[in-house]
Amino acid sequence: MSLTSLKLKPQASGNRGTPPPRTPAQRKATLGLDRGGWFLLLPALIPILILSVGPLLYGVSLAFTDSQSGRTNPTQFIGLDNFADLGNDSLFWDSFRIGIIWAVCVTALQLLLALGLALLLNQNLRFRWLARTLALVPWAMPEVVVGIMWRLVYHQDAGILNATLKDLGFISENVDWLGSFSLALPAVIVVGIWAGMPQTTVVLLAGLQNVPGELRESAALDGAGIWRRFTAVTWPAIKPVIVAITALNFIWNFNSFGLVYVLTQGGPGGETRLPMLFAYEEAFKYGQFGYAAAMGLAMIAVIAVFLTMFLRKRLKEEAA
Amino acid sequence: MSTAGSLRAKRAAGRTGQYVALLAYLVFLAFPLLWLVSTAFKPPKELGSIDPTWLPKTWTLENFRVAFDSQPLLHAALNSLIVAVSAAVITVTIAIPAAYAMVRYKSKVSTAGTGWILLSQMFPFVLIIIPLFLVLKNLHLINSIGGLIIVYVVWNLPFSLWMLQGYVKAVPISLEEAAAMDGASRFRTLVSVVFPLLTPGLVATLMFSFVTAWNEFFFALVLLKSPENQTMSVILTRFLGAEGVADLGPLAAASVIAMIPSLLFFALLQRRLVSGMLAGAVKG
Repeated sequence: MSLTSLKLKPQASGNRGTPPPRTPAQRKATLGLDRGGWFLLLPALIPILILSVGPLLYGVSLAFTDSQSGRTNPTQFIGLDNFADLGNDSLFWDSFRIGIIWAVCVTALQLLLALGLALLLNQNLRFRWLARTLALVPWAMPEVVVGIMWRLVYHQDAGILNATLKDLGFISENVDWLGSFSLALPAVIVVGIWAGMPQTTVVLLAGLQNVPGELRESAALDGAGIWRRFTAVTWPAIKPVIVAITALNFIWNFNSFGLVYVLTQGGPGGETRLPMLFAYEEAFKYGQFGYAAAMGLAMIAVIAVFLTMFLRKRLKEEAA
Repeated sequence: MSTAGSLRAKRAAGRTGQYVALLAYLVFLAFPLLWLVSTAFKPPKELGSIDPTWLPKTWTLENFRVAFDSQPLLHAALNSLIVAVSAAVITVTIAIPAAYAMVRYKSKVSTAGTGWILLSQMFPFVLIIIPLFLVLKNLHLINSIGGLIIVYVVWNLPFSLWMLQGYVKAVPISLEEAAAMDGASRFRTLVSVVFPLLTPGLVATLMFSFVTAWNEFFFALVLLKSPENQTMSVILTRFLGAEGVADLGPLAAASVIAMIPSLLFFALLQRRLVSGMLAGAVKG
């Protein structure tokens, strides 16, 4: 029987009279695992191809056309015209500058705060459960609700932030957090951190579980202080997790839409108009599908450049 | 002796520092939530006060009544429920066989699938939504719940596949081999050996898909135009209209309602979520 040979170990190959060991491929063949894979993949593959890969390619191609909504004459191929227009569009550059500031600040501060919280939650502290539970809430909330909630907090007259700061004597007059040119972006960044920190914390916390406790103990016995123990034991162990979550966070933040749409709609005067808000307006307010698609491609380019820079630095560190 | 004493003092100081830091985190995380809930239960008179208080002096459900009266909240909740449940069930149904195949059959298609899962995280939604909008328009699925469900299924698939793959990897292949040796057919093995072991992972993936769809805003905003089709997230932004200040109470009340299902599922999901996210990352 062919099935019995499944049990054979490679060492058995030297014995005469027994059949040669099976390769993994043959082993799979015995189980019928080499056939039928397509059949199982098909239900997922078809919608992915039709509604994800297909539209994506279509979207990329739109970037090279003058596609508009509600137009009667046929869409034409216009080469790189959209990108030339983007290059001359100062609003576009503003939006990308804001997008990069937003994504870098939110990602960096998110990581810093999440790392601190994860380290705390990894300690045997009282009320740890409360912090753990609370830390999950922002993750579960719809981003529209997060936006609305912070609008209530930031509200100029009825908001708790102004009331509290006034009671503490930090400000004498109510501040219009989301309406001021200089404060709107920082205010929105704080919300971004609040909303994204939990997920990062949870991931880092899971990473911390893999840090060998004995290593930290022996380092402590050798007289290493808290900081030394962190840099020598904890940091190297969780670094892969940090790199992965930071890269993902950057992508998510740069592509973020709902939070800022609810908070400021890109205002005041475009001070918080992230690239996604700009592209959304171009596409669905002004109907410039081709132009908006070109913007989408430019966003991918920014992400690719940042990720390459980030990951290359990390690879270099690894080699050193 | 003295060094031991100073060490103890140092440790105690460290402990205090840790508690202070933890308290700061708790305040940062909790105060917006507290404010939202408090606003939802405040009477209009207190909302207009120039000296707002942390908690309502008198608690009222008035804001909830106004919220339900002024916008079709109940209908929106129903829409959200239909969309989220359908999207979650369809996603997981087509993701199970695919996740199984991607783990067990090491083919080029599986590798491409994993690549796509990672890549799909990178693309700005705008690049997907414009062509989808055009395609759905041709199929007359714009401004329809059905169209939104289709979009959510595709949008949920990558992460569902990622989570489920982790759970499939955890099923030892030797169990399947044993079943095959006992003469069970492939199909029988899958149904009576593999799927029962996958149930906890399946439930977690279902809940996560549900929450993702329930919370989603961008696609719903673009695709749903008429109020009777809109989901909770979109309806909520209608409270933000020109009315502004006057609507704070109902706005907060509606927001509280919108976040209850997600919070409920997340509470149930807590533990699984972490292991699920990491499970997908375990090398096969």
